[in-house]
Amino acid sequence: MQTTRTIAIECMRYNPETDVAPRFQSYDVPFTDDMSVLQGLQYIKDHLDGSLTFRWSCRMAICGSCGGMLNGIPSLTCQSFLRDYHPGGVRVEPLEHFPIVRDLVIDQSDFLAKLESVTPWLVPREPQPPAGEPNRQTPAQMDAYYQYSQCINCLLCYAACPQYALTPAFTGPAALALLHRYNADSRDGGRAQRMEIVNAEEGVWSCTLVGYCSEVCPKGVDPARAINQNKINSTKDYFAHLLMPRGKGGG
Amino acid sequence: MNVRTYVRPTTGWWRRNPWYRAYMLREASSLFVTLYALVLLAGIACLVQGRAAYDGWRAALASPWSIAFHVVALGFFLCHAWSWFAVMPKTMPFVTVGGRRLADRAIVAAGAAAAVGASLLVFVVVWATQP
Repeated sequence: MQTTRTIAIECMRYNPETDVAPRFQSYDVPFTDDMSVLQGLQYIKDHLDGSLTFRWSCRMAICGSCGGMLNGIPSLTCQSFLRDYHPGGVRVEPLEHFPIVRDLVIDQSDFLAKLESVTPWLVPREPQPPAGEPNRQTPAQMDAYYQYSQCINCLLCYAACPQYALTPAFTGPAALALLHRYNADSRDGGRAQRMEIVNAEEGVWSCTLVGYCSEVCPKGVDPARAINQNKINSTKDYFAHLLMPRGKGGG
Repeated sequence: MNVRTYVRPTTGWWRRNPWYRAYMLREASSLFVTLYALVLLAGIACLVQGRAAYDGWRAALASPWSIAFHVVALGFFLCHAWSWFAVMPKTMPFVTVGGRRLADRAIVAAGAAAAVGASLLVFVVVWATQP
């Protein structure tokens, strides 16, 4: 039988209709060792304060909805456990570097726009009929991009990235990792289309390899690697255009 | 979004997390690399000007303030070198050796070993050739 203990969960609260600035509200939540922070928030909403607003869905670290700051660390609330924050308690805040809509909910529209901008689909090298030959790929070819395809768009990397905080125009870790995922895919021919994003000041060149994005990623995507490898590609592209200005093109 | 969203200020961002503090230390280390390069440059300039100038530079280096600067600079150099190799795997494409991907640890270890080896070599050469 599991023992029930109590933990203090301190939540940032913000109601855009009544508040000028966010405030904190603390709740005492009974918990067992198997409960996640998300379950703690759900307990608050079900039993203590129905107005607490937060995003969640799958409860298993695959949907990317439940990101937040737990004691200042970007974390998925479904994958973080109350037992690990006992007895000190846990302070739950919305993801850093995003505007707060209400309580723990942030406005991620900036990220969504950036995601669309990186041409995040396979661009065929030649026009293919719908019933054409299937693409073939060796395990080694898939290995080249597989980890970058694991992104769940949870935005923990954006909350971790100080350059995104200081330069909001920065395309950012997840978007650039997805860009690299397609560039590294042997089936894709769209590299040239994506170079403008890569080469921009707000592309790879805003990254100073703080590396915290890769540290907090729950899926091992390693966006720091995706971005910094493309600094080499961006440099090569720059000199290629310098030496051959009449459109090197090339996919 | 037709809601009055709240944007949190970024002031003091690097003080809030040990990772950021380590990052700022790493970035600050490059300042000491620059300063030490200027010290060496001054030494070369003095060497070109002749024995007296060079001896003057050597004497200045022996002063207590200079020793203190060099101790601090050495500390930052070690931080600089270690952090350089620690992030080096992130800047390289994947390397496959004999069908298996080369581990990041191997790249970091190789880089650090090369740095230690080169430093020892320089130290030995300078020691062996002193008059």
